[in-house]
Amino acid sequence: MSPRKPMRQEKFPFGIAGVSVGEIERQVPAGEAPPLPTNDRLAVIGKSVPRINGRAKVTGAARFTVDIKLPGMLHARLLRSPHAHAHIVSIDTQAAERNPDVRAVHVITDVVGRAIERDAGTDHGAGVHLPPALYVGAPIAAVAAITEEAVDAALGLIKVDYEVLPFVVDMEDARKPDAPAVFASPVIGTGFEGRAPGSGEIAQHGNIRGPVKAGARGDIDAGFAEAEVVVEEDYRTQVQTHCCMETHSVVADWRPDGLTIYLSTQFTAGVRNELAEAFKLPRNRVRVVVDAMGGGFGSKSSAGNYARAAVALSRAAAAPVRLALDRREEQLDSGNRPGTFQRLKIGARKDGRLSAISLYTYGTAGTATGAGVGNVAQAMYECPNFASEQYDVFINAGPGCAMRGPGNTPGAFALEQAIDELAEKLTIDPLLLRDRIDASPVRHEERRRGAERIGWSGRHAPGADKGPIKRGIGVAQSLWGANVQTNASCEVRLLRDGSVEILSSVQDIGTGIGTVLAQVVAEELGLRPQDITVRIGDTEFPAGPPSYGSRTTASITPPARNAAYRIKQMLFEIVAPHLNVAAEDLLMRGGRIVARSDATRSMSLREAAATLRTDQIGVLASRSDDYGGFRRMMTDAALAQNDLGGVQFAAVAIDTETGIVRVERFVAVQDCGRPMNPRQIESQVQGGVLQGISYALFEDRIFDRHTGSMLNADLEHYKIVGSRETPDIDVILLENYQGESATDAYGIAEPANIATAPAIANAVYNAIGVRLRQLPMTPAAVLSALGRIPRGS
Amino acid sequence: MLETSLSMSRARAEINTEPGAVGPSAVPLTLRINGTVRTVAVAPHTTLAEVLRGPLDLTGTKIGCDRGACSACTVWLDGLPVASCMTLAIDVGDRSLTTIEGLSDGDRLHPVQAAFIEHDAVQCGFCTSGMVMSCAALLARNPHPTLDDVKAATGGHLCRCGTYPHVFAATLAAAKTGRG
Repeated sequence: MSPRKPMRQEKFPFGIAGVSVGEIERQVPAGEAPPLPTNDRLAVIGKSVPRINGRAKVTGAARFTVDIKLPGMLHARLLRSPHAHAHIVSIDTQAAERNPDVRAVHVITDVVGRAIERDAGTDHGAGVHLPPALYVGAPIAAVAAITEEAVDAALGLIKVDYEVLPFVVDMEDARKPDAPAVFASPVIGTGFEGRAPGSGEIAQHGNIRGPVKAGARGDIDAGFAEAEVVVEEDYRTQVQTHCCMETHSVVADWRPDGLTIYLSTQFTAGVRNELAEAFKLPRNRVRVVVDAMGGGFGSKSSAGNYARAAVALSRAAAAPVRLALDRREEQLDSGNRPGTFQRLKIGARKDGRLSAISLYTYGTAGTATGAGVGNVAQAMYECPNFASEQYDVFINAGPGCAMRGPGNTPGAFALEQAIDELAEKLTIDPLLLRDRIDASPVRHEERRRGAERIGWSGRHAPGADKGPIKRGIGVAQSLWGANVQTNASCEVRLLRDGSVEILSSVQDIGTGIGTVLAQVVAEELGLRPQDITVRIGDTEFPAGPPSYGSRTTASITPPARNAAYRIKQMLFEIVAPHLNVAAEDLLMRGGRIVARSDATRSMSLREAAATLRTDQIGVLASRSDDYGGFRRMMTDAALAQNDLGGVQFAAVAIDTETGIVRVERFVAVQDCGRPMNPRQIESQVQGGVLQGISYALFEDRIFDRHTGSMLNADLEHYKIVGSRETPDIDVILLENYQGESATDAYGIAEPANIATAPAIANAVYNAIGVRLRQLPMTPAAVLSALGRIPRGS
Repeated sequence: MLETSLSMSRARAEINTEPGAVGPSAVPLTLRINGTVRTVAVAPHTTLAEVLRGPLDLTGTKIGCDRGACSACTVWLDGLPVASCMTLAIDVGDRSLTTIEGLSDGDRLHPVQAAFIEHDAVQCGFCTSGMVMSCAALLARNPHPTLDDVKAATGGHLCRCGTYPHVFAATLAAAKTGRG
């Protein structure tokens, strides 16, 4: 623990712009920048500054990992299992190694990313443990050669002796007592962060692991006993794959003095630490670099088997190695959002007050743990009694991982429909019911603004439209923790020519954090964003936060502002004697340092910087705690006091003859603390909504249960939303000031995705008067629900 | 297995002795790209996308699916957008080829490129090159498109970040600025 720093008292803007913004007093550690006023009083922050890497991206100049070419670079691919479940009795790589174009062959003995048996199993062959292949596409070995053709030829020369085992790829089949066991013994969880069921010794019977009972409170039986109305329904969500447009890709360059990895990743600093440990290198000998990054959505948070294989090949071949998954590999083995079954029971009094919520759920993350459905049922609404049981079910499929709003996205699909079903039973308007049971003032305002924009007052009764085309409006809410990476640092430097740069390993995965950092530093130093050089995506710089968990902006913008503020104070001390004023009398604006008391006493930043004793001065700053304290602190991360809300409204049209659901209009009302760059946030929200539409209507991973193969491991049969299915999306952003940090900014990416599918489902019900409790809501599902074709078609 | 089918096709190619047949070894190609003439030697099965990204080092063109499903690889042949991953380089012939690197006029961006920046029609940027090429081609053939025209022109493009709304706005705005 660091020694307790002296604190000072400051007044911060507090409240929602347009509702009421007052002030709140906070204890602020010394060295923190003074409170920022509201956005309307700022020059750069809160403005829609164009993306600093926009030009590079529209001209093709942006350099993605797949674009990197190094001298002498080899090509590599993974050999993958054609079987859904097999022991690997032996691997013979000799013929591949003899190929003159081959430079290295690597057999994977330690798999990562999936759950691992507690009992590591037996050695097969000469003392080498070959982990079983648990799904079609499981990585087994890798080859590096001088051309891609030689790689493919050499992969065909590797002889693998498989002992093929029974498998199961259907979640319901996998739950049966006589189902083939995916794992030979109970597993150690490697569940992704924050999702229940997580790691630890949890009971496992066959393919079922659990229960995890999270968040229990009150007396659930008493709660249902006092209920006057009860809703109990089953909901199902499908597996969704991430479909990053840039597949998982790496260039590994192992040299005697250290390892450099170019990786399409969401977390350079984390991967640096991970690979240092895996290859027994000190962290200062491992460098991870990412410039442009072609989408991650949760799937590019760690190095994975493919990057480790590339490093091993590079070490063996003493040459740089490029390995990029193809689209089929990406679909099979780069992560996925778990599919779920949820039985949700809600009891309420006649006035709507909830008395009990019970949640029984199981889901499958394939060969990983972590198929829980988050905390929406537990935490969205006021309810004194709550109980839950959550189980993981293993199947012979690629391991799941976090995907945009993990847990809460499938969870909200169930909860938000159940709340609507409850409202109908109570004959209360769904918005009015939420007004009664949702304590969040933020979502209250979001409901009000969204209802007005979508035209909620014109909403008709379910199935009221005459004729074959039926229209409806629906609403749903999201809940997501405001995450902060406390282990997040950056450096701001002023150079002797007056130029300014900010350095951090934080990566821009398309969200625009680089632009926001330029804004923050520019605001503090009275410069323009284009005056700031942003150097990020490289672990040569101070370790920044990951770009997952909607935490990047919340974590790195406060230290960026504080570093800029401290640089400014240093410069003021240096130039004050030159201007014959006190340092406290100085301010920076318009590229000049000016005395408040006498505006004629001023000098340009360039002149001021020229007085430096050294070529540069720099300040390293790290994320301090939120001023009002965190709700919970974990290693390297914390949860802010206030959750992130979000209320979304969908207007749909359904052709009851074809079953096609069209989202015609969408309104997303979101909050992220202080909005830093409204247009970039609008982009994020549109992206969240579109992924939600895609999840609601189109996407479905389909397995052949006889071969265990994914039948649509591509982008033409695995359907994702395209331009023709894109509705008019209206984004309404709240400015929600809380006085919690030097920027008071929080995240947006995940909250924008969570409410979308249930908003559409509630709109579908409003249109046709029949509920679809299963995703995706395909034409066949709609026609089946309408009784126009047999169920299950 | 993919490897097997590849080596089989290579085996067939080895014994191909028909007159006029080329391959499997590299054949020289002359391509008219972005106003210049470039000569490369590539195997006949090489796609245009691979030639652009490999020997020609024009990596602005992206491969997303390598089978014509995502349009990230869109370039122009004689001004018409095509999927370069579905085009063999030897089939280009003497058609004029334009890639994302050749769209701007020196430092002056094409109006669609400028509008993409202005309207933030870019997130991760991986689909952007192809998206820009299709939207610019649309304006060339239809200087006053409707929203539906833009949706149709980008109908084959997949963008996982969800830039579509800003792509529509940018393209319609670029149409208003004149040159298409």
